[in-house]
Amino acid sequence: MATEGKSGQESRPVEDVLQPMTRRTFLRGSAASLVGMAGVVAALKPLLELEAGELSMEELLQRHYKKLEVEDLHRIMKNLEGKCKREYGIRPQMQDLKPGEGVEFAYALNLSACIGCRKCAHACLAENNQSREDANDINMSYIRVLEMDKGAINVEESDHYYDSATVPQKDKYYMPVQCHQCRNAPCVKACPVEATWQENDGVVVVDYNWCIGCRYCMAACPYDARRFNYKKPTLESTQVNPNQNYLSNRVRPKGVVEKCTFCLQRTRAGRLPACLEVCPTGARIFGNILDPDSEINHILQNKRVYVLKEDVGTNPRFYYFFD
Amino acid sequence: MSRYLLFLFRIFRLSFQGSPRFLVWMAFLSVLSLIGLHAYAEQFVDGLQVTGMTNQVSWGAYIANFTFLVGVAAAAVMLVIPAYIYRNKHLHDVVIFGELMAIAVIIMCLLFVIVDLGHPERFMHMIPPWGTLNFPASILAWDVIVLNGYLLLNLHICGYLLYCYYRGIKPTRKFYIPFVFISIIWAISIHTVTAFLYVGLAGRPYWHNPIVAPRFLASAFTAGPALLVLTFQFVRTFTKHWIGNQAIHTLRQIMTVAMIINVFLLGCEVFTEFYAETVHVASAKYLYFGLHGFTGLVPWIWTAIVLDFIGLFLLVSPLSQRIGWLNLACIVSFIGIWIEKGMGLIIPGFVPTPLGDVVEYLPTLHETLICMGIWAFGILVYSWMLHVAIPIINGHLRDPETVSK
Repeated sequence: MATEGKSGQESRPVEDVLQPMTRRTFLRGSAASLVGMAGVVAALKPLLELEAGELSMEELLQRHYKKLEVEDLHRIMKNLEGKCKREYGIRPQMQDLKPGEGVEFAYALNLSACIGCRKCAHACLAENNQSREDANDINMSYIRVLEMDKGAINVEESDHYYDSATVPQKDKYYMPVQCHQCRNAPCVKACPVEATWQENDGVVVVDYNWCIGCRYCMAACPYDARRFNYKKPTLESTQVNPNQNYLSNRVRPKGVVEKCTFCLQRTRAGRLPACLEVCPTGARIFGNILDPDSEINHILQNKRVYVLKEDVGTNPRFYYFFD
Repeated sequence: MSRYLLFLFRIFRLSFQGSPRFLVWMAFLSVLSLIGLHAYAEQFVDGLQVTGMTNQVSWGAYIANFTFLVGVAAAAVMLVIPAYIYRNKHLHDVVIFGELMAIAVIIMCLLFVIVDLGHPERFMHMIPPWGTLNFPASILAWDVIVLNGYLLLNLHICGYLLYCYYRGIKPTRKFYIPFVFISIIWAISIHTVTAFLYVGLAGRPYWHNPIVAPRFLASAFTAGPALLVLTFQFVRTFTKHWIGNQAIHTLRQIMTVAMIINVFLLGCEVFTEFYAETVHVASAKYLYFGLHGFTGLVPWIWTAIVLDFIGLFLLVSPLSQRIGWLNLACIVSFIGIWIEKGMGLIIPGFVPTPLGDVVEYLPTLHETLICMGIWAFGILVYSWMLHVAIPIINGHLRDPETVSK
C-alpha cells in the first residue's frame, strides 16, 4: 500500500486532524443530523397515503397456496370477500375449486370461422374482473385478437388495433390469442418464487398473494398472455363478477401478474369458458382431452390442427384449425 | 471484540468528518438520494402506474440500469485477476478500490431490482424455508443467489483486509485468498447468469442469442475499468492517497482489448440480424432504424455507437497515453455502453411484442427520479467507503494499541 503519510502524523488520530471535537462542531453535527432526519421523514411522507389494510401483517405472513391449511385458506377467502365488499361495494362468493380427476383441458379455435368481432375479448373482461377505464378498454383482456392479411400466418405483421366499421374485412382474417396453457410453460420456469404453476388439469394459475411482481413471466411468455396490475383495478360495482375463485378471477391487488385460466371458476364447475359461450360463430371448442368422446378430441383427431410458435417448444394445450 | 467495536465506532465517526468539500459533496448526494426515495415512496403507494411501463413493455429503465450495473460490478475482477494471479504490483495496490466499487454497484443493482417489484414487501418469498425459491429452474433465482453471494464475498474480503490494515497486522492468507479466487469465478458468473436471464427466453428472438453473454462480458470489461480509471484520478486529486500511472495504463490496455472484442461482437450481431432478413429482425430493426414509423430508440443507439467508436479510436491510438484523452475515452465508452447495454438491450426485446404489437416506452419523471436517486445513493456509498478506507490504507486511522507499541 502507499507509504505516503505513514510518518509524523500517526501520533494524532485522523479524527482530530480533520475535525477536533469542540462544542461548536458538536452543535453543528447535531443540527446536520436533524436536517438529515427531517429530510428522510419528508421523503417518506407519501407512505401516509397507503390505504388502510393494504399492508396487513396477516398478508405479509401468509404462506404459499400449496402450504396453506384448509381452514387458513377459508379465513383468507373470507377476508378477501370482505375486502372486495369494502372497496368495490359488492360481496363475492369466493371458492377454491380443485382440478377434477381424469381431466385435462384443451382449447381449439377454428380460424375459418372467426370473424374478428372481439366479443370474446369483452366477455373475458366481464367474467374475470380485470381493470378497465371504459367500455372500450380491452387492454387487460386475456385475449388479443389479431387482424392479418390473407396469404400468410405472420403474427409479427398483425394489427391489434383494427377499427373497421364491420368485420370481417375482405382480404383479412382474424386470430384470437390467449394463454396457451403450455405443457412446457416458460412462465412457470421463469417465476423465481413458484407463484405460478401448472395444475393437474393443465391450467397455469397464479397465487396473487404470493406473486412478487417481478414480471419475469411476462418477458418469458411467447404469446403475450400475461397482464400486470400497474395499479389497483378500476372496476364499478356493477362490473364485478361475484362468482370468484381464489386462483382465477378474484379481484386482484395492484402489483401482481394475472392471466387466462380457461375460466376455471366456470370450467371446473362443469360450465364452458366465457369466451366460448359468447362466440357468435362457434369458432371455439373446449373440453377434456382425456375423454375419448369429447368434441375437442374429435377435432384433434380429424381436423388439420396447428399450434402457434411450435419452434419455441412450449407444447401448448391451445390449438388452431381450419375447416 | 471491544477493539472491533471501537473500529466500527471510529469509522462511523469518521463518516461525518472531512473537508468542507467532502461534506458538501455528501450532502448533495444525500439530497438527490432523498428525492429518489420520495419518488419511490409515491410509487409504492400508487403502484408501478407511475412508470412508463406497460403490458407490452413490461421492463424499463430499472431493469436496464440493473443489467448495465451488473457488468460494472463484475469488472472489479479485471483488477483482481492481474493483481492476484499475475501478481501485478501496481494493481495489487489498488485492487481494494475495485472491490469496494463492486460492493457499491451491487447495492445499486439490488435497489434497481427492488424498485422494479410490484410487491417488494414480499421479498422473503424468495428465502427458504419460508419462501419458495424456484431454484434451479428459474434463472432469476440463480441471479438472486449469485448477486448476493458476490456482495458477501466482497464485503468479507474488503472488511477483513481493512481491519487488518487498521490493526497493523499482516492479513492471514487463508482467511482471504480462497475468497479472492472464488470471487474471480463468481464475478464471471454474475455476469453470465444475468445475460442468461434474457438468453433463456426462447419467445424473444432478440435476446435468444448465444452472443449476448460474451458481448455482455466484453462491454462490462470496458465500462468497469473506465469507471475505475476516473475513480483513481479522483482519489489522487482529492485525497492524500497517491495512485500511480502504471495502474491506470494497465487498465487502459484491458479496456482497449475489451472494447475491440465488444465492437467485433456488435458487428457479428448486426450481420446475423440483418443479412438473412428473417422475421426475427423486427426488434433489431426497431432499435437501429425504427419499425412501422416508431423510432424511439434510434437516436439513442446511434449515439451509443458513435460514442463506442470514438472510445475505440481513442483507446487504440497513442492519444490515450495522455491522461486527458484517456479520460475522454473512459467517459464516452462508459456512456456508450450504458445506452447499448441498458435500454438498447432491454427495450427492443419487448418491441415488437411476440404477437407483433408495437408499443413504445419512455421513462416517466418518477422513474427518472428514482433512477437518479439510486445512482446518487450508489455514488454516496462508494464515496463514503473511499473516505473511510483511504485513511485506514495509508495508516492515518490505526488501532490505538498498535500505535502505542
